[in-house]
Amino acid sequence: MWEKRPILLLVLATGAILVGTIVTMVLPFAWVNTDADRIEGVTPYTALQQEGRDVYIREGCNNCHTQTVRPLVSDVLRYGEYSKSGEFVYDRPFLWGSKRTGPDLARLGGKYPDSWHYKHMDSPRSMVPRTNMPDYGWLSANQLDPRMIQRKMETLDFPFTAEEIKSLEGKNEMDAIVAYMQKLGSDIPWREATETAIIGDLVNPYAGADHDTIEAWEDLYQQNCAACHGEHLEGDIGPPLNGDDYDDEILFEIIYTGIADGGMPSFSSLGTDKVWKLTNYIRNYQAKGDD
Amino acid sequence: MENQSYNDAIVRSFVTWSVIWGLVAVLVGVIVSFQMIDPDLNFPPYLTFGRLRPIHTNAGIYGWGVGVIFATFFYIVQRLCKTPLWSNKLAKFQLWFFNATIIASAVTLLLGYTTSKEYHEMEWPIDVMIVILWVAFGLNIIMTILKRKDEQMYISLWYMMAAIVGVAILFLVNAAAVPVSLFKSYSAYAGTNDANVHWWFGHNAVAMALTAPPLAMFYYFLPKSTGVPIYSHRLSIIAFWSLIFMYLWTGAHHLLWTPVPDWIQTLAMGFSVMLIAPSWGSVFNGYLSMNGQWHQMRENYLVKFLILGITFYGLQTLQGPMQAIRTFSAFIHYTDWIPAHIHMGTMGWVSMISFASIYFLAPRIYGREVYSIPLANLQFWLVLVGQLIWSISLWVAGVLQAGMWNAMNSDGSLTYTFMETMVEMYPYWWARAFGGLIYMLGLIIFIYNLYMTASKGKPTGEATAVAEGRA
Repeated sequence: MWEKRPILLLVLATGAILVGTIVTMVLPFAWVNTDADRIEGVTPYTALQQEGRDVYIREGCNNCHTQTVRPLVSDVLRYGEYSKSGEFVYDRPFLWGSKRTGPDLARLGGKYPDSWHYKHMDSPRSMVPRTNMPDYGWLSANQLDPRMIQRKMETLDFPFTAEEIKSLEGKNEMDAIVAYMQKLGSDIPWREATETAIIGDLVNPYAGADHDTIEAWEDLYQQNCAACHGEHLEGDIGPPLNGDDYDDEILFEIIYTGIADGGMPSFSSLGTDKVWKLTNYIRNYQAKGDD
Repeated sequence: MENQSYNDAIVRSFVTWSVIWGLVAVLVGVIVSFQMIDPDLNFPPYLTFGRLRPIHTNAGIYGWGVGVIFATFFYIVQRLCKTPLWSNKLAKFQLWFFNATIIASAVTLLLGYTTSKEYHEMEWPIDVMIVILWVAFGLNIIMTILKRKDEQMYISLWYMMAAIVGVAILFLVNAAAVPVSLFKSYSAYAGTNDANVHWWFGHNAVAMALTAPPLAMFYYFLPKSTGVPIYSHRLSIIAFWSLIFMYLWTGAHHLLWTPVPDWIQTLAMGFSVMLIAPSWGSVFNGYLSMNGQWHQMRENYLVKFLILGITFYGLQTLQGPMQAIRTFSAFIHYTDWIPAHIHMGTMGWVSMISFASIYFLAPRIYGREVYSIPLANLQFWLVLVGQLIWSISLWVAGVLQAGMWNAMNSDGSLTYTFMETMVEMYPYWWARAFGGLIYMLGLIIFIYNLYMTASKGKPTGEATAVAEGRA
């Protein structure tokens, strides 16, 4: 009889739509973003970071970058500790995304020094030659509007100080987006907690390798190290490597575990074999000098 | 006999504007597909991938998809209710306001005014416009149904009404935001809640805007085109109610393995698999309606579009649940497989049904025979081949990339860096862009054919009645 009574059909259809809606969309509010999943240490964005986030939104970065690390081996190895609900309580809107044309950014904060981000945003291909990410250097030309940012902070009910707003004067959108990048996923001390410990003696498996074999590993260096340490190990964002004279074992450890406070990311995800090859390439380069 | 007071002028206008926005959507799609291959094709600040991609999706969904819904529903509702539209003035306003909304959306998105929420990127003033638009449309349809001359309501009307309330609920809840200025607002929900609300919207927008309405069209235009009724009324009842009940549980399959509570993910996964039944209920109803009529696939180009359309719907609703399963999602999610899935639905299912519907309408709204059936056949093959190249190349790309993301060395480390996996995508992105170009060529032929029909087609006169008897 509902086939003859449109109002009844509308009511029944609304009812059918509302059941699943209430269970899977309304009910979760009782658990999510409550004390149950709150994490100590997760703080609201500063004025500069929030403005950077808004630039990220305006430029549609979320079309190519996700911001959620799944509790899967390959995700955690590649990006870091998996994402927790409590880390996102200040995110309006959420920016988890749906497609990884570029890598996930949920744990980007603290991985590289600021100078890496400035250079990379300005010209991604200068650091990653075959990337398809467009240049965003033009963001530097856009000055921030402190009054507008203050209004945003008030709307979001985030804490801020008058000096903080004043300090935005003269800063540009590039400063803002870099500040935002550095905040991502760094509210929990996961980098320290997940630092890879190396157990047992380190033995260089390529100690006896000849010059030509080692030269063949140059690609590995160019792909993973050159962006910061220069094509000829002359240094750029990172220190020069052609002068240092670490032991094989120490060099291996630095590459493998990174230097959390020094802006050197861990390369453990490359695996021990590749890290040993890099170690030998750098050591060999030092030995032969820059030719 | 056709009632002379039916408003077909409004149908004509919506057809015109929907195909224009459809061409814009596909053109922008082709542009962004080349931007993905060569970053030098980005021209900041306005013409970058990040800003153009939402214009592609929204022009496709709201300009083309919803535009065709407006056109066909206004046509269908008058016929099924045997009564003219409730308000011609409101319909006229809706046409004007529809174009104003689409233009305002495109301009503001180019300027970077976006909420970032997929398929709901427009900022709050545009949201208000969309609400006005939908209320005007919904009111007109429902009031027309209320004053109908036939007591019994045909299947298409059920889907229309469900879509009207469904879209209204989804859109209003997901649009909730606190404005900072005219062009900036912050979501009313935060983090995980926002994600869960958004994909409840996102997935069900597909249900209520891109599934229910094309089904309404299919159930109307298939019997009209073949001259044979739908196979089973009972099956259509079961499929309708179970579809609109089950869809709403499945949004969180977009959020598998994220911080959204596990039980929501599990419910979404279960209901997604169950959703195969009502989806295939309609597919089978379509196929079985062709009993004894399969020769029409050869003779009647409308049937070809409709049956291929419902076939892609069937494939879409098998592949979708497969991706909604945790284990497969863990492997394939975030790769290029996902856009391939979406484009089978939009380019294959929704657009095929829309092409057929508009070809069916053409003689009736222009009073002229379709200009060229060979051109319509050519278009059929171009859009079919274009879409298959598009989707198949990215399915392969997705599996390749997922495999590389997951590949491990014997010491438990990853085999490939992210960049090593990304550069492998370039050849497939070329293939996709090529598929998009072929599809666009098909669309241009479609528009040319429509234009020639409207301006140079043979007047129908008595011929229509004869043609309708056969076709």
